[in-house]
Amino acid sequence: MKAYFGRRYTLSASHRLHSEELSAEENRAAYGKCNNPHGHGHNYIVEVLAGGQVGPETGMVIDLVALDEVMRTRVLVRFDHTNLNLDPLFENRVPTTENLCKAVFGLLKTALPVAKLDYVRVEETENNFFQCWDADDEDMSPIERRNS
Amino acid sequence: MVELTRRATFSASHYYWNDAWSPEKNAEVFGRCANRNGHGHNYTLEVTVVGTPDPVTGFVVDLKWLKDVMEREVLTAYDHRHLNLEVPEFETAIPTTENIAIAAWRRLEPSLAKAGAAHLRRVRVYETPEIFAEYRGEL
Repeated sequence: MKAYFGRRYTLSASHRLHSEELSAEENRAAYGKCNNPHGHGHNYIVEVLAGGQVGPETGMVIDLVALDEVMRTRVLVRFDHTNLNLDPLFENRVPTTENLCKAVFGLLKTALPVAKLDYVRVEETENNFFQCWDADDEDMSPIERRNS
Repeated sequence: MVELTRRATFSASHYYWNDAWSPEKNAEVFGRCANRNGHGHNYTLEVTVVGTPDPVTGFVVDLKWLKDVMEREVLTAYDHRHLNLEVPEFETAIPTTENIAIAAWRRLEPSLAKAGAAHLRRVRVYETPEIFAEYRGEL
């Protein structure tokens, strides 16, 4: 029987939305307040859904403790209380929440001990969130570069 | 097609235990959830139905009807109950959040199959605001 197990985590980080490909005026027009040179921060909520067979002995799709450990080592340690712009994943990529969502998906995709990552949702504030999943036509690799 | 979702809450106690295992193995796999005196949660049941809105009423299904089905089929059996001790499907299945979502689907599906063109899309059960499981009718 296939079911899905979901978990919500929080991480706090700062970022600045700024593209080197745009002029100062274009950056201000595109990103508004989010282009403030000193950055700003959010309490992000990251929701992870894993799908797989329910273990007949355990009744579980994935052990919560194992999922927490993967999330902690791969994502939370990396991004929590950091400046996202300084992470190598965002060296050539604007740390919008869309791109953060894709980065988290890429970091977790092959890391789950059992089950398959179904989606990653990142809530930037209570009023906006982004969700991504494994699409065959899209490179979800965390080392993806905009200009490569 | 439009999806319609209705939420309800229930409070229940449970523990995780596999009779085929030793007490030590149960403690190792299930941790604090293996305490045989049980513990409890405020669960949220989220039921999603999909269909084409009726041309006359504009409804996918009548929300009051769906509320009554959820109460009759799930809440009366689960709310303020000990799932392991008082709910027949958990005499054999461990009442993990995954298994509760599957069991709730099985309880709801026969009634929802009679809901005209609409049908059950998914059942999601939140054990806490941060932990949930979902079943979509897949094998």
